[in-house]
Amino acid sequence: MTKILRNDLIKISNLIQKNEKVLDVGCGDGNLIYYLSKNKNVNCRGIEITLKGVGLCLEKGLSVVQGDANFDLEDYPDNSFSTVILSQTIQAMIYPDRVIENLIRIGRRAIISFPNFGFWKVRRDFLFSGKMPKNKILPFEWYNTPNIHLCSYKDFLDFCVKKKIIVDKFFCLDEYGNDIKKNIFTNLFTFQVIFCVSK
Amino acid sequence: MNNKYLFEQIDINEPLKLDCGDHLKNYSIAFKTFGKLNKKKNNAILICHALTGDQFCTGKNSVTKKPGWWNILVGPGKVIDTNIFYVICSNVLGGCMGTTGPSSINSKTKKPFGLGFPVITIGDMVSVQFKLIEKLGIEKLFSVIGGSMGGMQALEWASKYGHKINSVIPIATSYRHSAQNIAFHEIGRQAIMADPFWKKGNYYNSKQFPTRGLAVARMIAHITYLSESALQRKFGRNLQNSKFFSFGFDTDFQIESYLKHQGISFVERFDANSYLYITKAMDYFDLSTKTTGLRLSLPENNLKYCFFSFSSDWLFPTSETKTIIQSLKANNANVSFVEIQTDKGHDSFLLDEPKFHFVFRKFVRGQIKESRL
Repeated sequence: MTKILRNDLIKISNLIQKNEKVLDVGCGDGNLIYYLSKNKNVNCRGIEITLKGVGLCLEKGLSVVQGDANFDLEDYPDNSFSTVILSQTIQAMIYPDRVIENLIRIGRRAIISFPNFGFWKVRRDFLFSGKMPKNKILPFEWYNTPNIHLCSYKDFLDFCVKKKIIVDKFFCLDEYGNDIKKNIFTNLFTFQVIFCVSK
Repeated sequence: MNNKYLFEQIDINEPLKLDCGDHLKNYSIAFKTFGKLNKKKNNAILICHALTGDQFCTGKNSVTKKPGWWNILVGPGKVIDTNIFYVICSNVLGGCMGTTGPSSINSKTKKPFGLGFPVITIGDMVSVQFKLIEKLGIEKLFSVIGGSMGGMQALEWASKYGHKINSVIPIATSYRHSAQNIAFHEIGRQAIMADPFWKKGNYYNSKQFPTRGLAVARMIAHITYLSESALQRKFGRNLQNSKFFSFGFDTDFQIESYLKHQGISFVERFDANSYLYITKAMDYFDLSTKTTGLRLSLPENNLKYCFFSFSSDWLFPTSETKTIIQSLKANNANVSFVEIQTDKGHDSFLLDEPKFHFVFRKFVRGQIKESRL
């Protein structure tokens, strides 16, 4: 691996096949799509909201447009990508439902990762302190957090049933990025979750 | 003006077919190059100038004696690094800095063309640039870059010669001139043509040139290059010389003085007929098609697009660039885009805009790595 990827990104990169066509929504510094394009010959595009992020992507030779996932997904035609990735961003969307519908419209499948708000430490913190929980992927204060639509992985499953979205598979990871076996305590022990969904 | 010996030129002694159906029997191209062409000939960048620009994008302008119009971006160690790149910049067809235009001598009549010069398009300008690149022995350009009308030329390159370029960087531009843009140009042209010294374009042997009309045209256009907030910030209602109004029609406000200065300094270096022809070429520009979106090269050429727009540019607003992006996205092109937040309006592409230069530099660096320059 040319660059160390975040744990959930390693997991996501393993889900991508060779020669796929991928859109990374909120691609940040572009490390994931750079890795995919160099190692799996993936044809990649990115959307990134920050100028700095776009600059870092361009420096890697990636094609990235500055844009906001809340508004700029409409332009992409149906099924124009094999996979659309949204990592650690859905909770910051104004209309997560519309964004997800767009993701599975643009891509044949969407990979969506987010912090699990059902994680036991989140529950513990709120229970004992009575204050909004914070952790390494939710580090903000209630008044300046971009994370306005937090959910647990169970909420997400309910959402998919309600919207008739097919859940192909999902992975539950602990704080260190290791897989967790699924059982009745999964929601408690899952720090972050990765969903593969399609229409 | 129009002193042949001031400029590096090449003469093309073959006819140029023009979009209007007419042709030029022969023509000259005035151009400047900066840096060195490498052995592989893969480090050449073509820079396309805007409406009133010229081939002196960097270094010293041999006519005005001022620094080149893109000195801030082009030069050794700069974003467009002439230690790495061979930069080519040519005066556009119809211009007045050495490339054939209405002030050039018509070989048939031995007199300046004036309005006898055929009407030209952005496409014709690009045909001339293509000829120049061919003459310089370059098979494929590293990049074609331009702002405003230069961006139109860059897009035209991407439309016609996508297979001849690696990347294209259109800045503060559009795929077509809007009604408002045409309207402003028309006011400028009317100002020139209303000047009694214009004489239907036949003024080259007169003592007086239509400088007042041209100055007014420049003043109008100059406002469209700025923004309301930048004007307010720079000038406000500040008075030029005294603390009191003159209660007359002399220059009271700093903004009046500034515009007059813009007008006067412009007429010293620009030809009124060239202004008519070039503004018209911009008005005709339109890449839209009735059926398939925009006429642009698509990914089979592996061409990379990198667009820039500026938030306060109301002449070529971001929405215009976004229309191009949409069309390219729908066709799976390699497209990158940023909108730079600034209050400096359309002219931002010529100014010290650190965020613009930051992203620009990153894109160029990425492409240098990709091409292994």
